[in-house]
Amino acid sequence: MTAVDFIAEFRQFLKADQVLNTPEDLSVYAFDGTATLHQMPACVVLPEQVEDIARILQIANENQIPVVTRGSGTGLAGGSVPVEGCIVLCLVRLNRILEIDPRNLTMMVEPGVLTQKIADEAAAAGLFYPPDPGSIKISTIGGNVANNSGGLRGLKYGVTRDYIMALQVVLADGQVLETGTKCVKDVAGFTLKDLFIGSEGSLGVITRITLKLIPPPATKKTMLGLFDHMTDAAQTISAIIERKIIPCTLEFLDKVTIKCVEDFAKIGLPLDAEAVLLMEVDGHPAEVEDAAGQVVEIAQQHGAREVRLAATADEALKLASARRSAFSALARLAPTVVLEDVTVPRSELARMVAYIQEVGQRHQVRIGTFGHMGDGNLHPTFLTDERDKVEMERVEAAMKEVFNYAVQLGGTITGEHGVGLAKKPYLADALGPVAMDIMRRVKASFDPHGILNPGKIFD
Amino acid sequence: MSGAAEDGLNLLKNLDYSVVQQCMHCGMCLPTCPTYAVTLNERSSPRGRIAMMRAIADERLEVSRIFAEEMYFCLGCLACQTACPAGVDYATLFESARAEIERVGVLDNPKRNAIRSFTLGKLFVSQKRLHFLGRLLRLYQRSGLQRLVRGSGLLRLMPKSLRELEPLTPTVGAKFTRQLFEQEYRAKNPPQPKYRVALLSGCIQDIAFAQVNADTICALQENGCEVVLPAAQQCCGSLHAHNGEVESARQLARTNLDVFDLDSLDAVIVNAGGCGSHMRHYDHLLADDAQYVQRARQWSAKVKDIHEFLLEINFRAPEAKGIERKVTYHESCHLKHGQKVSEAPRQILNAIAGVELVELAEADWCCGSAGIYNITQPETSMQLLDRKMGHIAATGAQIVATGNPGCCIQIEHGGQRSGIELEVVHPISLLADAYRAEKEEV
Repeated sequence: MTAVDFIAEFRQFLKADQVLNTPEDLSVYAFDGTATLHQMPACVVLPEQVEDIARILQIANENQIPVVTRGSGTGLAGGSVPVEGCIVLCLVRLNRILEIDPRNLTMMVEPGVLTQKIADEAAAAGLFYPPDPGSIKISTIGGNVANNSGGLRGLKYGVTRDYIMALQVVLADGQVLETGTKCVKDVAGFTLKDLFIGSEGSLGVITRITLKLIPPPATKKTMLGLFDHMTDAAQTISAIIERKIIPCTLEFLDKVTIKCVEDFAKIGLPLDAEAVLLMEVDGHPAEVEDAAGQVVEIAQQHGAREVRLAATADEALKLASARRSAFSALARLAPTVVLEDVTVPRSELARMVAYIQEVGQRHQVRIGTFGHMGDGNLHPTFLTDERDKVEMERVEAAMKEVFNYAVQLGGTITGEHGVGLAKKPYLADALGPVAMDIMRRVKASFDPHGILNPGKIFD
Repeated sequence: MSGAAEDGLNLLKNLDYSVVQQCMHCGMCLPTCPTYAVTLNERSSPRGRIAMMRAIADERLEVSRIFAEEMYFCLGCLACQTACPAGVDYATLFESARAEIERVGVLDNPKRNAIRSFTLGKLFVSQKRLHFLGRLLRLYQRSGLQRLVRGSGLLRLMPKSLRELEPLTPTVGAKFTRQLFEQEYRAKNPPQPKYRVALLSGCIQDIAFAQVNADTICALQENGCEVVLPAAQQCCGSLHAHNGEVESARQLARTNLDVFDLDSLDAVIVNAGGCGSHMRHYDHLLADDAQYVQRARQWSAKVKDIHEFLLEINFRAPEAKGIERKVTYHESCHLKHGQKVSEAPRQILNAIAGVELVELAEADWCCGSAGIYNITQPETSMQLLDRKMGHIAATGAQIVATGNPGCCIQIEHGGQRSGIELEVVHPISLLADAYRAEKEEV
């Protein structure tokens, strides 16, 4: 079946504006949030109901046409970049909140709902949905589930996986699978939903999600620690964890990142500090008071030049939103920004940070580093220009060394962005042959024709 | 499509590539884009539009009709520019894209060409012709003819697009700015002024909202400013720049640079969000004009929005006890996103006794006016207006304050459409009224 044929077939049951194949339309779906990756698809479909997704997959499966599922296209590892000749299955129009259940503390949503909307609706119902990826304002929940997204609150509240009660998934052949329930305990059979979380669209298309909500913390305190040495900031984090304090946020920004973020957000970040830590503790007022006091003390013991306390909730919110803009703000410095995602055990943070600095100097590449230090997740960001082939080679070499070192320290090549295309070359070394073989067998059993996001994660 | 020989002229290709490449497609602009919210199609998002521009610059895509229509579907509200952490200069990209579309002529047809040539080429380049049209409209509106036409059903004989436009025709004031200035305000300039400022009287503002100009002059005079109103000033040219007529925009800018005596002025004051946003960029617009670039830089440094300027000179809060009323504030896109003036109008409103400022949900979401968008894209424009009116109704305010004539006309129309009784005013009009009330109290 040629592209012309299946496009005609889709038009039988979809409206004109749901099947796109002009060069203009294809060119705007040819990328996601990842730098340098680009591939035109054969067509784009924007389904509005699950039945249509099932029909699309049936047709694709019978004719072995690759399908790349996406939401807002903010992925950072190329997971939703099209593959040649593929159908882009864009789910942003499945964007309804189906149910908020205050008696079971759950919310049922379609995959195209924006994560921010989920957080807002939960808050309006007096509840809390904690996962808050940097792109929360535009990322879709479907994309979050498919990538098991993290965020700024990971160290205390966990990641997307910790909030998934049930999923509805359309399988490669068009069958609809329901997995999971609203029950806190449920061990009936394999926990299949867990396979789809973080599977990057390679095992099925997630079409409905039941989320767990929790009561919100009573209060919180936000602090900004200023440091003259990056390693002091890293050691502060390790010391906080060692003291058995679990803040909800422990974010790190280096000097390069601070300047870019300040240029954008203009909230008075210190431009002369080598590093800042954004630290937030939440919970019962007495507990928050005590933990905040200890955090300040630990930071000062580890060489913090100053620790500022956010005076108002508004100021705290501004600090957190400014931090969320870090990745994009770094684009002020260079035409191409390659964002990495290495994660190490928190005891190894100081070594990892020092190593990234050293690698940058040795390969003569500019690196801005920020990240969720509290959970060991760093985002060294390479500032480069994709048109400069020579420099891009140095970036590649530096990146590879950073990955290797993270794995050596007992860490991982990606904490929250996923493997997609960008990390694929490094996955086998990080996981070993047994894990790779098992993953291939899982993939083959769900998707025997290999139509779902082929060539992503592994070949 | 332009052939290879013409490629040297392609305005998107000629842009500094860094402007196009600045977008790193993170998507942070998407939730702020009103057109993306309508279609949920990536093509109608800032990221998608920039991707198409880049594809054109890279010769992967042609300047096609689809691209052109998409660029005219864009409101040019610049909300994406505020949202963009990477600092993408969308205004320049947008203007270059529309200019390239006009250069290539993919949208050309006799009717469109005739309308464009009349409005952009004849009408909005001459204050004289605008005043003439203003007088005609005034006659139509005041003679009872408008009432007659609206009541008679004659409108039904007009084409749908024109018929829908008629209610959006601004009501022409009894006097234009120049008359008000000469007859009343020139004499009120303070004898020992602290500042000397000039006012841009504007095109629509001058015809339909001359009183807003008078109020602006009043507020300035009350704060120790001598106000001058340079004769022979022209439309600022924003309409032209936003609609692909960059050369006309440059010509209008040069004329204004000729007639404003910048050395003698502390500031060039503008009270229309759209005009101010454009006027600040005369330096950019005339960057390649050796004769004018110096003056253009001086101009850009002196252009101030009226709210911003009043805050800068520590304006005096009026003493009068005003009547209690609920006011909400709608942000003109180009005041907020183009000029980054957002808090100053609220501070001014809060300084007026009796005004209770109620925040408007999505205050900085475009009302659908967007220059001539309500004429070129009536359907989307009305969708946006309905969304806006819903939020306005929810505030319970009787007065909507907003700093741009286009928004005023649009929201007034929204009030009529949705049956909400509303007064739409410029924030400075409320301030000027409060100053005037001081004198009445004595």
